[in-house]
Amino acid sequence: MKIAIKLAYRNLIGAGLRTWLNVIVLSFSFVVIIWMRGIINGWNRQAKDDMTAWEIGGGQYWHEKYDPFDPFTLSESHAPVPEELIPIINRGEMEPYLISQGTLYPRGRMQTIIVKGINPKQDIFLLPSQKLDTLITDAIPAVTGSIMARNLNITRGDRMMLQWRDAGGTFDATDIVITEIFSANVPNVDQGQIYISLENLQKMMNLPGEATIITYRDGHSPGLTELDGWNHKTKQELTSSVDELIKVKSVGTSVMYVILLLLAMLGIFDTQVLSIFRRQKEIGTYIALGYTRRQVVGLFTVEGTMNAVLAAIVGAFYGIPFLALQAKTGWTMPMDTSDFGMAIAQTLYPAYSAGLVIMTVIVIMFTTMIVSYWPSRRIARMNPTEALRGKIQ
Amino acid sequence: MKRILLIITTLLFTVFVSSQNADDILKKVESNISSDNRIFESTMIINGARSSRTITSKSYVVGDKQSFTEYLSPAREKGTKMLKLENQLWIYSPSTDRIIQIAGHMLRQSVMGSDLSYEDMMDDRKLTDIYSSKVTGNDNIEGRETWILELTAKVTDVAYQTRKMWIDTERYVPLREELFAKSGQMLKRTTMSEVENINGRWFPTKIVYKDLMKQGGGTEFKITQVQFNQKIPDHIFTKASLKQ
Repeated sequence: MKIAIKLAYRNLIGAGLRTWLNVIVLSFSFVVIIWMRGIINGWNRQAKDDMTAWEIGGGQYWHEKYDPFDPFTLSESHAPVPEELIPIINRGEMEPYLISQGTLYPRGRMQTIIVKGINPKQDIFLLPSQKLDTLITDAIPAVTGSIMARNLNITRGDRMMLQWRDAGGTFDATDIVITEIFSANVPNVDQGQIYISLENLQKMMNLPGEATIITYRDGHSPGLTELDGWNHKTKQELTSSVDELIKVKSVGTSVMYVILLLLAMLGIFDTQVLSIFRRQKEIGTYIALGYTRRQVVGLFTVEGTMNAVLAAIVGAFYGIPFLALQAKTGWTMPMDTSDFGMAIAQTLYPAYSAGLVIMTVIVIMFTTMIVSYWPSRRIARMNPTEALRGKIQ
Repeated sequence: MKRILLIITTLLFTVFVSSQNADDILKKVESNISSDNRIFESTMIINGARSSRTITSKSYVVGDKQSFTEYLSPAREKGTKMLKLENQLWIYSPSTDRIIQIAGHMLRQSVMGSDLSYEDMMDDRKLTDIYSSKVTGNDNIEGRETWILELTAKVTDVAYQTRKMWIDTERYVPLREELFAKSGQMLKRTTMSEVENINGRWFPTKIVYKDLMKQGGGTEFKITQVQFNQKIPDHIFTKASLKQ
């Protein structure tokens, strides 16, 4: 085996430019596949981190009638905060928020929106809720996201009328002033909604002490899986949509891996076929020297597979600095991601793991081995005498 | 002391009489405006912020629980039908050949881009059942003497906490109405004019709705033809009639 590796190495280096072309193409596949998988991993991590920081915390309790995909449920999905959670809320480890519907009239245009009431002093979410504490005597301070602000063409300091119906169905209206516009990578906290203080919304809705969702801080689960009238949603459940999306995206990007690998493997396959065709005398000599046919096949397979080893080394030379730089500076997508409707940052930071790199190397090595072995099987069918004479078979 | 008692008694009596009067006025208005059924054709001119549109329709109304409207023009809206039964509302759109129920937040949307929302059409309870009223003064609107009535909700599930109505003292027809939010903010204003005597009852044939939150010149609703107490077949008020 040692001799086979030595011979394979010499033959490869001896082939000169042909080998290096193969190696460069294959090394490119190595780097690009690791980078792409890193981007997908990074997106997965970033999406979940952003959702934790902006929307779901460590998990939530939803009012049993609340269904985020059915706005019809909103008018009924509220209840007093359960007594057992009140001490935890007072400690700041949980935050209730109330959700209602309203109509906003920015510059006389009518826009149906979701109004969320949140505690201005909360620090579970990154929302700039402290801006809801702004003192305005004749209006209610409100914050909104940048997507919503762009859609409504509003800026900080703008005043507009908010109309809503209270729990009894009576219309009410007041002015709101936008005290802050935040930018989040999670569209669920931005699109079509405004935030006002929980106390204000409870008063407006005539629902004192009531909430729709209660969120706990990441890593601080109160451990109550059963709460009468409330459904517990773990972080895993709440981020399952991201997992599904990543799964779909992984399948999609696999097509790119296959194309890249195909290009590289095509080169290796061609080289192997050419080698066997041109090196018949050499094959005959090996057999004459006592090599079994299997050993000769093995020699050629090792030679082909060594392309991948060299590609890994070459790829490491330029790939490691490139991948490290990418992990630091990130990859900024050329198009605006805010309208994608999913938690995705404009700049994605790839995340590489040892498992990802090892798995990629193994897959490419194995594929190269198969592709190298495939044409080498012909050697087993060769007549050694004819091969020694260099006669084409 | 006697004097004070007399003043208090007089005040209470005045309030009582005023309250009685206001309720009587409202009842007379309701009996004048409402009928067992009516069929009418109307033109709705929606004066938006940039342009105006005119929509014509034919409506069949029984009491205040059932109504069926078919839009006749423009071509884009022609064939659109709307059915209201009690507190449910359906719309049929010929372009999609689908019947959809308008409920929840969709009720807040405006009807054909006008100043009317679907939920404005849904509240069919009698004003005297849900509001307590009082006469707060008199006014003159385009030469007609009116009482000013202030209505305050006496139930919690009412859309507008307070209303102000100007009622023609002679014909018992509302000539103006203002709708207020709980905060006192005026939300909508309705102006009725061109009051005609049709089959012995005074009826405003032109109504201008203005959603004060929205830009634009309001929505003009003109009744071009009206017939009271006609025989309307029951099948009109079924979902099946929407697709016919």
